Amino acid sequence: MSVVSVKDLRVWYGTGRGPVRAVDGVTLEIGEGETLGLVGESGCGKSTLGRGILGLLPEGAATEGEVDYDGRNLLGLSQRDLRKLRGPDLGLIFQEPMTRLNPLLRIEDHFAETLKRHEAGIGDAEVRRRSLEVLGAMGIPPTRFRQYPHEFSGGMRQRIMIALALALRPKLLIADEPTTALDVIVEAQILGILADLKANFGTALLLITHNLGIIAESCDRVAVMYAGKIAEEGPARDVFAEPAHPYTRELLRSTISLETTALHSIPGAPPNLVDPPSGCRFHPRCPDAMRVCVELEPVEQRLESGHRVQCWLHGPERLILAQGREPLVREELAVADEA
Amino acid sequence: MQTRPEPAAETAAAPLVSVRNLKTYYSIRGSFLDRLVGREAGVVKAVDDVSLELRKGEVLGLVGESGSGKTTLGRTLLGLVPATEGSVVFEGSDIAKLSERQLREHRRRMQLVFQDPHASLNPAMTIEQSVADPLRIHGIERDKAGIRRRVAEALEHVGLAPAEQFMEKYPSDLSGGQKQRAVIARAIILNPVLLVADEPVSMLDMSVRAKILELLLDLKRDFDLTYLYITHDLATAKFFCDRIAIMYLGRIVEIGPSNAIYEDPKHPYTQALLRAIPEPDPRRVIPRDLPRGEVPDAARPPLGCSFHPRCPKAFAACGWESRDLKDLLEARWARLGAEQYEAEQALFEDLAALDEPATTATVAVRRGRDAAEVLALLESLRAEDPDEPFWLGVRRLEAAPGRVEIEFHEPRVPRLLAQGDVQVECHLHDPELVSS
Repeated sequence: MSVVSVKDLRVWYGTGRGPVRAVDGVTLEIGEGETLGLVGESGCGKSTLGRGILGLLPEGAATEGEVDYDGRNLLGLSQRDLRKLRGPDLGLIFQEPMTRLNPLLRIEDHFAETLKRHEAGIGDAEVRRRSLEVLGAMGIPPTRFRQYPHEFSGGMRQRIMIALALALRPKLLIADEPTTALDVIVEAQILGILADLKANFGTALLLITHNLGIIAESCDRVAVMYAGKIAEEGPARDVFAEPAHPYTRELLRSTISLETTALHSIPGAPPNLVDPPSGCRFHPRCPDAMRVCVELEPVEQRLESGHRVQCWLHGPERLILAQGREPLVREELAVADEA
Repeated sequence: MQTRPEPAAETAAAPLVSVRNLKTYYSIRGSFLDRLVGREAGVVKAVDDVSLELRKGEVLGLVGESGSGKTTLGRTLLGLVPATEGSVVFEGSDIAKLSERQLREHRRRMQLVFQDPHASLNPAMTIEQSVADPLRIHGIERDKAGIRRRVAEALEHVGLAPAEQFMEKYPSDLSGGQKQRAVIARAIILNPVLLVADEPVSMLDMSVRAKILELLLDLKRDFDLTYLYITHDLATAKFFCDRIAIMYLGRIVEIGPSNAIYEDPKHPYTQALLRAIPEPDPRRVIPRDLPRGEVPDAARPPLGCSFHPRCPKAFAACGWESRDLKDLLEARWARLGAEQYEAEQALFEDLAALDEPATTATVAVRRGRDAAEVLALLESLRAEDPDEPFWLGVRRLEAAPGRVEIEFHEPRVPRLLAQGDVQVECHLHDPELVSS
């Protein structure tokens, strides 16, 4: 049973040089108690997608498509209705915990404000009990309930942010690079907390990150985003063991881990989204590119066990014209274009 | 304290930089009142008695979390931050004792590459102007054509070729990787011998990190460079570095050849760092028994070994003290519900007295309650979790009228001791302490 279902979502921003198609036809679902990892490089549209789902886009962004939540299309809701859903239904955790807590309010007041806004008539004792419960689950002792944000370390502030998001028990939580600003041991602690979340609360989690290690660690499924599109999506184990899209494969090879014995990188740089490459957007950097990849946009193909991919290597054959499968001949990339 | 002399074979290569007992302290600016009455607000020991050598042609990785002092150590090495004590001998001169004017001469020989390529180039300067800046500052080249020629050479060395295509561009026209290449071109244009690279790839996308690391390795070979690579990322350091120094709260806790450190990490902190890295392999799971808590406040470091409050292997000598008792109670109350917390908290007078580090902690019992109740609570904590390292540090636990006293074992500050090729600063490896 899916908590949220995104269908053919498009988000674009107007700029002086023309519209930037940050999210371009994305379809995905997240089930109850499921963690979907959304991975991609900077500028691929992953944060825009996360915010688009919650209706938190800046002025000037236009959207199209559907975000079905609880029988309603979130894209059609007024800001007022959306605000009511944020908190009790939809939660968001940002990367920078310091900038999201009000420095003038005690931790206690942050919780009171959040809980009272969404649960009319909740008493002070109940606020305290509920807040201490979620804070405790995040390892924040009750003795510090009356302190101010500056009295906490970065890792503790991020835990407070998560606790604040969880106090209302949202059904869908979107975490945008929640550990990027943190140290590796604290990051591991927070990933452990997020893993407990789905076990204890049944929360559906969209975890946005650029770090494939974090995806491997905490996600049931993974969606790989490139230039506004989902290149590939499927069970994390399958995608890591047998990536179907050359981009996923190359990204995995480029990742420097403790097991790395030789360096690898992807030639070229991600395209700008005002004027993306024709056909498959990855074709200028793809070692497997074929002639068809320049001419036609790939069509989503379903593989076994719910794994889907947008790449001509997987067909469909009927759409690939004669010689379409011949390797793409192109000029060598200059080193300077690469990075 | 002095580190042990290294084996003869390793001292054969003359050190390019020799750091001895280096201390870099920052004084904390206190409140207005503190300054008015001349009260010291305290110091942060950002670098606290560090000794190491950087051998010619090697890559030394300085690895630590935020607040470990790794960036301050790199900057003190370059004379960008004044040393409080100790020496940094580079090519025969002690950088720590030179005046700004004398330093300038040495700066040509030692350069810094920063983490954020977007912030380290002036957005109003063209790439040519930025890369040429060191030539102008040091007055090395005044001739316009000469400057242009040297900038073009530097750009081509870092892969920004043909150089003419980049010279007139502004930073905003370049990708992240290209900007970092320009920053590196600026660093090598004066032909330095030492490059301090402070997180040079951590702001870059995964698909271009390898390119920049490869470039740095190529430059090292072509120009005979020596690197101090400062990072929080043990994975890139493993690939990139010949030797690794692990820093925690201003001290080097472990240093040695990369393969020795990665194959057999000796310090519990190094072990924890290595186990906490999320690997891109879904079959591997990060263990849950990682160190608790976070890096403590460097202005008030723990007694004994700075890592002891988080260390799963800590024992009696590691420096247990009053603040650890408060942490123990607080961690317990975070696990319990609000009701039980309130019931237990009502036994104590203010716990703030424990904030002052002391090896004998006095816990004041709230008026009307009995010290025996507090003692019973603490004893029940010990019975519930006898393996908790904290209890190894407790020498005496007694109730007195109105208070409970806890005496801890005498804290010992660990020494950096040799263990084969590696030096490690941990009591577990100190024969004097472990055998007893």
